[in-house]
Amino acid sequence: MALLEINRETCTGCGSCLQVCPFGALSLDNENIAVVSEACTGCGACLPECPVEALSLPQAEKKEQVPTGEYSGVWVWVEQYNHQAGSISWEMMGEGRKLADKRGSSLTACVLGYQAEEIARQAIAYGADRVFLVDDPTLEVYRTDPYARILVELVKKYRPEIFLLGASTRGRDLAGAVATYIRTGLTADCTGLEIEEETNLLLQIRPAFGGNIMATIKCPDYRPQMATVRHHVFETPQPDESRSGQIIREPAVLTEGRIASKVLDLIVEKNEVNLADAKIIVSGGRGLKGPEGFAILHELAGVLGGAVGASRAAVDAGWISYAHQVGQTGRTVRPDLYLACGISGAIQHQAGMRTSKVIVAINKDPEAPIFQIADYGIVGDLFTVVPALTRALKRRLNKA
Amino acid sequence: MHAIVCIKQVPDTTEVKIDPERGTLIREGVPSIINPFDTYAIEEALRIREKFGGKVTVITMGPAQASSALKEAIAMGADEAILLNDREFAGADTWATAYTLSKAIKKIGEFDLMFCGRQAIDGDTGQTGPGIATQLQINQLTYVCRIASLDFDQKTVEVERLVEEGRELVKSTLPCLITVVKDINQPRYPTILGIRRSQKAQIPVWTSKDLEVEPELIGLNGSPTRVMKISTPPPRAGKCELIAGESAEQQAELLAEKLLAEKIII
Repeated sequence: MALLEINRETCTGCGSCLQVCPFGALSLDNENIAVVSEACTGCGACLPECPVEALSLPQAEKKEQVPTGEYSGVWVWVEQYNHQAGSISWEMMGEGRKLADKRGSSLTACVLGYQAEEIARQAIAYGADRVFLVDDPTLEVYRTDPYARILVELVKKYRPEIFLLGASTRGRDLAGAVATYIRTGLTADCTGLEIEEETNLLLQIRPAFGGNIMATIKCPDYRPQMATVRHHVFETPQPDESRSGQIIREPAVLTEGRIASKVLDLIVEKNEVNLADAKIIVSGGRGLKGPEGFAILHELAGVLGGAVGASRAAVDAGWISYAHQVGQTGRTVRPDLYLACGISGAIQHQAGMRTSKVIVAINKDPEAPIFQIADYGIVGDLFTVVPALTRALKRRLNKA
Repeated sequence: MHAIVCIKQVPDTTEVKIDPERGTLIREGVPSIINPFDTYAIEEALRIREKFGGKVTVITMGPAQASSALKEAIAMGADEAILLNDREFAGADTWATAYTLSKAIKKIGEFDLMFCGRQAIDGDTGQTGPGIATQLQINQLTYVCRIASLDFDQKTVEVERLVEEGRELVKSTLPCLITVVKDINQPRYPTILGIRRSQKAQIPVWTSKDLEVEPELIGLNGSPTRVMKISTPPPRAGKCELIAGESAEQQAELLAEKLLAEKIII
């Protein structure tokens, strides 16, 4: 399935691309020029490594099936749970507003729920010019089918140019279904959104390979251009209660009898702050030595109003539940402060937390890779440092 | 009972090392593995087969060497495996991948459950599962950490989904798609017998001609999204400021000062 094209004239045989190919698809031939095998998947990881730009991937044939010019406006799906809007939705409203202003178009919020009118009003305060409100008992708790069908109908009817959803479990669940129905492009987990000057297309920037490469993705020929956006990437705008906007009520599409699933219950661990929303995460790894070690992290998290995270090693050892795992096979987080205690900082862990605003590492081993990405570090025994930090912060925060 | 599991072969990132000089990845010679989340999907399907009887079919789309991932699935205990391999499939984004896989699943025939991993560790999108479910017009249950009950007579399943606020208990009709998270089980190792079986197994290869696909909907040309640029992310700015002190107490005090002074903790 080799896709990569190698310009034999420009290739110097330096071999830089060989090292980075995740699939071992590149080698040098007997003329010392790079050749690609069938193992190539066209992932593009090698492209930036080539010093002479001899590598390229083919561009698809241009097609004009969708009248892209007839689509306008930026939409945001406002996620709600238990009559509360998710913080990620307001972050997207702030970014959506900027994109809409740049395109000279309007910002629309899609609010689906039951007795959700208050959320619709909040959406206007957060920057929406218009809100589609679908208020129906079938929408009280999120379910894929009824939500997806409504968004598909709205898109068909009103034709937005850009549609953003949060990269939460619900947002990713929903976006994948909606984009498939509509047949349009969807980019997962974006950490950057820009409008390309020449084309007015949405540039969607996202990490791949566990954050080791960044890809810029476009959707030139289909509309809307859809993306899910990661938590805490964009600032939450200040709500302005004096803003005015239009609330348009739209009907639900499916009646209860036609919905294949039913949410029976939500099981919440006691006293847990969820990792996605947490501004501060206190995380522990192998260095905690056992489940008891997490008690001191819980205390520190308690003082800071933060959540407790864990490395894969701690979860696999059974010291804490999987819901707490940060990293490639756990959650990706982006808090204001990430305190890594007794975590060495393997690449897989870094993939889940390296974009945190500030990283503090506490580790016995001064050579631990976590110190390479940390802003502040203490080389020391976490069993004495962490309780001391808890006391120090408690005293100072209580004073203030 | 018939379960279909969609898997992907990915580079084993646990084998990836960082070049300390350049801060870039050394991926040379990294072995390919079954996407870790997909091994949980295979395991769950096998457990259900052991309880209820039936068949587990594993399918992947990829280059010829992806058949080694399918063989590994057979070694774990899967009954059948199919490889979708065609130059026409290459360069597919999640839309085109889901479309192609759904056409192959239609060709396979009736099934009760479809499993995928939550996401692949190379692309990290988690979009292909929901895409397949939508193409097949079946319900989807994503981020499942436990199957609470299964009833093939009533054609229902109850699962726990791992959502941000906790675990959501959901009931759905069958057939449906389940994407699994790591918590759901501990995948088994292949047995000697399984490995022998897998070595003998002939894996059918389906090309675009074997499927009822529209040529303009597969591969690179069928993909709505375009990768414009790939770059290495900038390293984290600044260097680690090590907080020194005579005692842990003093180090902690200094760190607390700093975090408050810099308004990192408010």
